[in-house]
Amino acid sequence: MYSFDYHRPRSVDDAVRQLGGEAKLLAGGQTFIPTLKQRLAQPDKIVDLGGIAELSGIKVEGDAVVIGAMTRHGAVAASAEVAKAIPALAKLAGGIGDPQVRNMGTLGGSVANNDPAADYPAALLGLGASVETNKRTVAADDFFTGMFETALGEDEIITRVRFPVPQAAGYAKFANPASRYALVGVFVARTPGGVRVAVTGAGPGVFRIGAMETALAGNFSAGAIDGVSVSADGLNSDMHGSAEYRAHLVTVMAKRAIAAAGG
Amino acid sequence: MTDTGIGASVRRKEDRRFTTGKGRYTDDIHRPGQAIGYFLRSPHAHANIKGIDTTAAKAAPGVVAVLTGADYAADGFGNPICGWTVTGKNGEGHIAPPHPTIAVDKVRQVGDAVALIVAETLDKAKDAAELVEVDYEELPAVVNIADALASGAPQIHAEAPGNLCFDWDIGDKAATEKAFSAAAHVTTLELVNNRLVPNAMEPRAAIGEYDSGSEEITLYTTSQNPHVARLVISAFVGLAPENKLRVIAPDVGGGFGSKIFIYPDEIAVAWAARKLDRPVKWTAERSESFLTDAHGRDHITKAELATDKDGRILGLRVATLANFGAYLSTFATAVPTYLYATLLSGQYAIPTIYAEVKGGFTNTSPVDAYRGAGRPEATYVVERLMERAARDLGIDPAEFRRRNFIGTDQFPYQTPVILNYDIGDYGASLDKALEMIDYGNFAGRRAASERNGKHRGIGFAAYIEACGIAPSAAVGSLGAGVGLWESAQVRFNPTGSVTVFTGSHSHGQGHETTFAQLICDRLGVPFESIEIVHGDTKEVPFGMGTYGSRSLAVGGTAIAKACTKIVDKGKKIAAHLMEAAVDDIEYKSGVFKVAGTDRQTTMAEVAFAAYVPHNFPEGVEPGLNESAFYDPLNFTFPAGTHIAEVEVDPATGTVDIVDWVAVDDFGNVINPMIVEGQVHGGIAQGIGQALLEGCVYDRETGQLLSGSYMDYAMPRADDLPNFRVGLTNTPCTHNELGVKGCGEAGAIAAPAALMNAITDAIGSEIDMPATQEKVWRAVQSRRMAAE
Repeated sequence: MYSFDYHRPRSVDDAVRQLGGEAKLLAGGQTFIPTLKQRLAQPDKIVDLGGIAELSGIKVEGDAVVIGAMTRHGAVAASAEVAKAIPALAKLAGGIGDPQVRNMGTLGGSVANNDPAADYPAALLGLGASVETNKRTVAADDFFTGMFETALGEDEIITRVRFPVPQAAGYAKFANPASRYALVGVFVARTPGGVRVAVTGAGPGVFRIGAMETALAGNFSAGAIDGVSVSADGLNSDMHGSAEYRAHLVTVMAKRAIAAAGG
Repeated sequence: MTDTGIGASVRRKEDRRFTTGKGRYTDDIHRPGQAIGYFLRSPHAHANIKGIDTTAAKAAPGVVAVLTGADYAADGFGNPICGWTVTGKNGEGHIAPPHPTIAVDKVRQVGDAVALIVAETLDKAKDAAELVEVDYEELPAVVNIADALASGAPQIHAEAPGNLCFDWDIGDKAATEKAFSAAAHVTTLELVNNRLVPNAMEPRAAIGEYDSGSEEITLYTTSQNPHVARLVISAFVGLAPENKLRVIAPDVGGGFGSKIFIYPDEIAVAWAARKLDRPVKWTAERSESFLTDAHGRDHITKAELATDKDGRILGLRVATLANFGAYLSTFATAVPTYLYATLLSGQYAIPTIYAEVKGGFTNTSPVDAYRGAGRPEATYVVERLMERAARDLGIDPAEFRRRNFIGTDQFPYQTPVILNYDIGDYGASLDKALEMIDYGNFAGRRAASERNGKHRGIGFAAYIEACGIAPSAAVGSLGAGVGLWESAQVRFNPTGSVTVFTGSHSHGQGHETTFAQLICDRLGVPFESIEIVHGDTKEVPFGMGTYGSRSLAVGGTAIAKACTKIVDKGKKIAAHLMEAAVDDIEYKSGVFKVAGTDRQTTMAEVAFAAYVPHNFPEGVEPGLNESAFYDPLNFTFPAGTHIAEVEVDPATGTVDIVDWVAVDDFGNVINPMIVEGQVHGGIAQGIGQALLEGCVYDRETGQLLSGSYMDYAMPRADDLPNFRVGLTNTPCTHNELGVKGCGEAGAIAAPAALMNAITDAIGSEIDMPATQEKVWRAVQSRRMAAE
């Protein structure tokens, strides 16, 4: 990797003060460190968020589970509160990468990176979560703006993610056999505001399928989406799966997610 | 059997250091004053080099040297070679274009080295590498062997028109054609044997060191055969004569064939150390391993099997295209010829066989031996064809195989393709495997799966392999440039401990344990008093290394022969000590006895007397230290039956391996636990090939698309079933241990067994790797055809 200055602030305010220029934030580093090692990024400064205690932790606040941005996947997977309130979220976290990744990788890092095959964006979008930053709160529907792109500003740091507790939810992931990222992952949630179906891995970014949501609104069962066809247009196509195969898997995984949600 | 002798599942003595981080691999070694080497590699698959400007790089901080192919050529040293001459149909040897140690005017694969930057640190070397300006003129690339051999393909080497290396055949063409014309049925299959990246856990690494006082070069490197590396680097590259070149292969973390070869990188590192008179270390990064380790397999084959009306095989006809990559690696030419086509008889009495192989060049990493080397490709062809033929003929696949097995009364059996099998009992392994898998109840299990919406399939592979490579005269007559004997030295120390020097090399196989068990058994020495030394040309007299499952059959036999010499000499000493005639001395398990008496002395006492010869027989030299060379009389022929059972999820194409039975005949077994571990590892690699691993180059640009673990799927524990392993035993007839070799069997048998199970489940033929989408599409098209 190239040389850079390293900072490890103790508070979010300190961290924000370090930003600017070519500075980059380091969360769990599961994407960023390999990128640096391959010399694919050349930041002049790295601001390590690992020393900010206020960014970690899991709390149930009313009808929501609030998880700090620096909370590791392993902690979410092992959390009794999460398992009780939103078991699908605990399951999703427990299926990310491998134990090493789960012990280092963070919720905030995953969300900010917005890898089109990452698991967490599906949970945020599927549950209608909101992303809290040092400046504002952004709804998941507005947060993920494109491949590896988000609504985050230059001097903005994710602090927490608020997941409303759904009536029921399920996540089904079809893993890429090599990377174990989602070739297709579907998060389905039945919420007071309606059913939400969010898909990761299949397209250039996480997206919802309105037709499935509508079909499930009146009949929350796997059979309800039999009539919904998923178009392959615009879906990813690579050596691991064609767009057509991914489109097919969206339906298969959606049905499995619905079944996992008790539908 | 003692608890540490032959037949005991002794825990591996080397594992303590490996599991506690005390292994000493090449990258763990730091030489005084060591600089770091970094290769600048071609980003293009095929390009002319119009110029290289190293001025800025040389001036960069911390840079010791920036060395190019022109510098190497100017020093007049040689380049890597291919050591096996294959003579084609035209009576001429294969075409061997030069393989520049560092590219000079052309690059032919992504990853070709164009400069070696030596600097104080790796980061400084990488910084400098970014300052090297290479002016490339890109050329069209070709990566697929069928494309490369087609007319109009980009020409890769001027010396090899049409990218053809050789067009070779074996067997009786006329007799085979006659057999086919008389056939009641002909089964035809077109198969791709997918290219694999070896992925040893430890990447290749090298440290070159030069002593200008003694003019000696030392090369620490990740080698499976340090003496062969020394021979090639001395005789063909010419960096130093053999007596001034020491090659040390310390602990090596896996090879699978990829560390047999003498690569340009290690040569360049040794050259740089000599040129700069300073130790230079290079360790490949994982992405470099993907690009530059010699890959495996990569065949396209058409195979046909002729049978009569009773399901008896009349003949076999095979045509294969083999991809060698951009350059010929050390033993590349032997793999798709003498290690492949000679195995096409499988376990079967096939009256006539004819095989043709065309080998050629592409803009990809070189292809050479990878676990099994030719034999997995042969087994894959034969066993998929057998399964297909059985289905076509409506004969149970087990019965079809049994009907065509070489009978136990037919050994030694001369195949139509050179090899002469000494012994085997193929029916015994098949029967045991059928029993273990409960074949009789398969139909019930299949019905149960169908009720759960899954397609169940069962697949066989009745494989054979030739290992224990190899009788020197035989391989010499077939074009090998080396002899394939092995050496051993067994040295007693005065206090009764033993140091064994073996020319074979352990890089995961457990030689320190297995060979110690052999010594324990033969010489009665306590297990913990035995030290096995390998991997250093200055310590071990000679050796040909470890590959082709040869270490025990060849290297172990050499040790046994040295033990016999020790015992013979020990008898003379013991006879003198006990004042008896040598002919009256009986030896067993470390004890010398005077026949018919209770007088005895031990091996330890004899060893002490040999080194403190105060009372010693006249005419006998002091010391107890014997060497032996062993050149095998034939290959050994491990064989067996693997049966895989799978469930396919038609909704996704996911294959779940629900059961696996492996019954292998390895002859006598020294350490059953190690053998079982080798079988497990081999099957895992074979499953990887069949289900997951596909090395993919972009057909237009020649870029390696599967260049990391993000895209290249290695098998993991959760991809694998619990293996159920059984053994049968027909001891090898021509080595005194009766052993055969077990290192490659799993990788040889597994791909065919698994693909036969999958094709049984889905009802159509597909190629490896059987990715989920491929399986799903096959299920879909069958369903659509049925509707």
